[in-house]
Amino acid sequence: MSNPIKEPLLHITRRKEMPAKKAWAIRIGAIIASLIVCAIVTTLTTGLDPISVYGAMIDGAVGSSRKVLILLKELAILLCISLALTPAFKMKFWNLGGEGQVLMGAWATTVVMMYLGGVLPNAVLIIVMLIAAVGTGAIWAMIPAFFKAKWGTNETLFTLMMNYVAIQLVAYFIIVWENPKGSGHVGIINQAGREGWLPNIGTNSYWFIIIFVAIITVGMHIYLQYSKHGYEISVVGESQRTANYVGIKVDRVIIRTLLLSGAICGFTGWMMVSGSDHTITTTLAGGRGFLGIMVSWLAQFNSIAMIFAALLIVFLEQGAAEISTSCGLNQSYSDILTGIILFFIIGCEFFINYIVHVRKSAGKEVA
Amino acid sequence: MKKAVALMLTLMMVFAFTVLFTGCGGGDDEGNSDSALKAGFICLHDENSTYDKNFIDAANAACEEMGIEAVIKTNVPEGQECYDTAAELADEGCGIIFADSFGHEDFMIQAAKDFPDVQFCHSTGTKAHTEGLDNYHNAFASIYEGRYLAGVAAGMKLNEMIEKGDITADQAKIGYVGAYTYAEVISGYTSFFLGARSECPSATMDVTFTGSWYDEAAEKEAANKLIGRDCVLISQHADSMGAPTACEKAGVPDVSYNGSTVDACPNTFIVSSRIDWVPYYKYAMQAVLDGEAIDTDWTGNLETESVQLTEVNEQAAAEGTQAKIDEVKAALESGDIHVFDTSTFTVEGKTLDAYDADVDTDADFTPDTNVISDGYFHESEFRSAPYFDLRIDGITTLDEQY
Repeated sequence: MSNPIKEPLLHITRRKEMPAKKAWAIRIGAIIASLIVCAIVTTLTTGLDPISVYGAMIDGAVGSSRKVLILLKELAILLCISLALTPAFKMKFWNLGGEGQVLMGAWATTVVMMYLGGVLPNAVLIIVMLIAAVGTGAIWAMIPAFFKAKWGTNETLFTLMMNYVAIQLVAYFIIVWENPKGSGHVGIINQAGREGWLPNIGTNSYWFIIIFVAIITVGMHIYLQYSKHGYEISVVGESQRTANYVGIKVDRVIIRTLLLSGAICGFTGWMMVSGSDHTITTTLAGGRGFLGIMVSWLAQFNSIAMIFAALLIVFLEQGAAEISTSCGLNQSYSDILTGIILFFIIGCEFFINYIVHVRKSAGKEVA
Repeated sequence: MKKAVALMLTLMMVFAFTVLFTGCGGGDDEGNSDSALKAGFICLHDENSTYDKNFIDAANAACEEMGIEAVIKTNVPEGQECYDTAAELADEGCGIIFADSFGHEDFMIQAAKDFPDVQFCHSTGTKAHTEGLDNYHNAFASIYEGRYLAGVAAGMKLNEMIEKGDITADQAKIGYVGAYTYAEVISGYTSFFLGARSECPSATMDVTFTGSWYDEAAEKEAANKLIGRDCVLISQHADSMGAPTACEKAGVPDVSYNGSTVDACPNTFIVSSRIDWVPYYKYAMQAVLDGEAIDTDWTGNLETESVQLTEVNEQAAAEGTQAKIDEVKAALESGDIHVFDTSTFTVEGKTLDAYDADVDTDADFTPDTNVISDGYFHESEFRSAPYFDLRIDGITTLDEQY
C-alpha cells in the first residue's frame, strides 16, 4: 500500500502473431476442457454417467444413416447462411440480417409455389421459385447497404430491424394462407401434387441441398481468396480510406457484396422451402441467421474452416436433442452443455489473441 | 485447412472413446418390455407444457401397462423436423408412431406415405378421413363435454360470488385465454361458457388469443389483461402455467386445463378438465399387436374415460361442486342433455336449426356437412377433431390477433 503506483494483479496485452500450431493446440485443449467441465457438471447435477450422456449425443447425431443425412442437411443449411454472411463481415459490414434475408427468400419461394403451382411445368416452376427467392433475398440485403453507401447509416441496426420487418411480413402472409383458418399454420404446400418440390433421392431431397451448398462453399472460397472482387472486399474491410486511395469504388463494393450476401441467404430460403420443409413459418430460419455469424467468426472467414465450425454446432444441436429422449433430461440441459462448450471455444480465442501477465512480485515499480 | 482436419480428428477421437460406452437409451426400458412392438411418440414441447406432459404421462402409463417400449421425442417443431423424427422412429423399428400437435399433421401424413408398414396416429388432426391412407389415423376426445362440466364448476363459483355480494349478477364476467382462433379452441371455450351459463344465467365471457400454444409470458399477460377488464374468473386453452399463476397472484379463481395446477395455485384452482390419452394409446397399440385396423377417426368420451375431470379443489370451489358435476356428468352420459343444445345459445340473436360445418378440410374452408339435427350441434361425430366454429352471443372475442 506504500507504493503509489501499484501494478495490478493481472494485466493483459495483445499478442503478436501466435504460431498456428500453438493456436490450434489451445483450441483443441479448450474443447477437451469443455467436455471435462460438461462431464463434471453432468455428474454433479444429474448423477448420470457423463460418458453415457456423450454416447447418447453421438448416437443422436450420427447413429443411423438417416441421422447422418439429416446432420449433413442441417450442416449444409447453417453453412450456406454462414457463407452468405461472410463477404459482408469480411468487409466489416455487420450484416445481422441473415434471418430476415433467408425468411424473405423462403417467402418469395412460397408465393410462387402457391400461386403458380400447377400453372407452370414443375421444372420451370422450381426455377422461377429460385429466381424469386434469390432476387428477394438480395433486395432485402441491398436496402440497408444502399443506405449505408449513400448516407452512412448504421448497418447493424438497419439489418437487425429488417429481420423484424421480414418476420412480421411472413406472419401476415401466414394468416392469409393458414389452413384451417385461425390455426396459425400453413401446413405442407402442394402435398398432393408436389408442385415446386425438388425431386426426391430416396425419400427426400436432402442430397440436393448438400450438393448445392458444397458447390457454393468452393465457389465462395475461390471468390474470396482469388478473385478481384474478393480482394476488393478485403481492402475495404481493412480500411475504406485505403480502398478509396487505390481507386476502389467503396459504395459499389458495399452494395455489390450485400447483393451477393442477400442472394445466397435467399437461396437458402429457397432450398428450405423447396427441398426440405415445403412450408413456411416465422421460425423457419430458426436463429441460424445469427448462428451463422458465430460460424463465420469462429472460422475467421475461411470458407473451408467454416465447414468444421458449422459441423461442430450442428453436431452439438442434433446430438443434444437425443439426450432428452434417452436420458430423460430436459431439452434445457442440452442447451447448458452446448453453452459450456461454446463458451470454451469462443473464450480460448481470447488467450490466442492476448497474453495475461500475472504480477510477479509485490511492490515492483512499473517503468 | 490441415489444422482444421487435425482438430476434427482430435474431436472424433474424443468422441470415439466415448462411443465405446453405451448411451442412456435402452438399458432401463428393455427390462420391462416383453413385446415385439415399439411405440414412438412425437411431442411439440416437453413436460414443462401441461399439454405435452399430459401426453407424455399417458404414453408412459399405457406402454408400461402393456409392456411396450416407448421412445418419446420432445420439442419437435411443426415442420420438417416432425417428418425427420417420424422417419427416425420408423428406422428404429417403431411399429406405431403418435404425434400430439395439430401442426404435425401434414408431416405425419408425409411419413405415413413413405412408411406404409408403420401405423401413424395423430391426435387432434382433421385429415385422416379425407386422405384415405390405411396407416394414418386421427384421434380426439369429446373434450367439449369435459369443458362443459368444468364450466358448471365455474358457474357455481360465480353464483357463490354473487350470493356473497362480491359481485352483482351483471358483473359475472369470465375471462378466457385461448391460443388460436380455429374450431378446436372455439369449441372449447363455447362449451365451457355454456356449462357456466347453465348454472349462472347472467354470465358473459371475454376471450383473448395469444397466437401460440405455449407462450408463458403472453398467457400470463393475457390473463392479467382479462383481470384488468373486470373478469372475475379465468379459464384457458393454452398450455403453459402462465394463466394459472397469474390468477394465483391476483387471487382470481381459475378453471385450468390439461391437468391439475393445484400445487402451484392452491388458493385459486377450482378444477381442470383434460383428455386422458391412455385409453386411445392402449386401443391403438392393441390393434397393432392383434393385426387389426385402427379406426380412421377415434373419438374418446366420458364412457371410455378419455374425458376426465381432476379432483375439485375445495379451497377455491363453491360448495357442492363435486356433487353437481357428478349429476351433470350422468345426464351427459345418458344423453338427457347435450352440450351444444341449440335452445341454449343464439348466433346473432337467432336460434339455429341447421349449420353446415367444414368437416372435410380444404383450402377454401367449404362448408360441407350439416351438423345440427335433433336440436343439438353434433360435435366430433363426423370426424374426431372439433368443428364447432360458431361465434355465439354472450361471448366477446377481444382480438383475433397473432
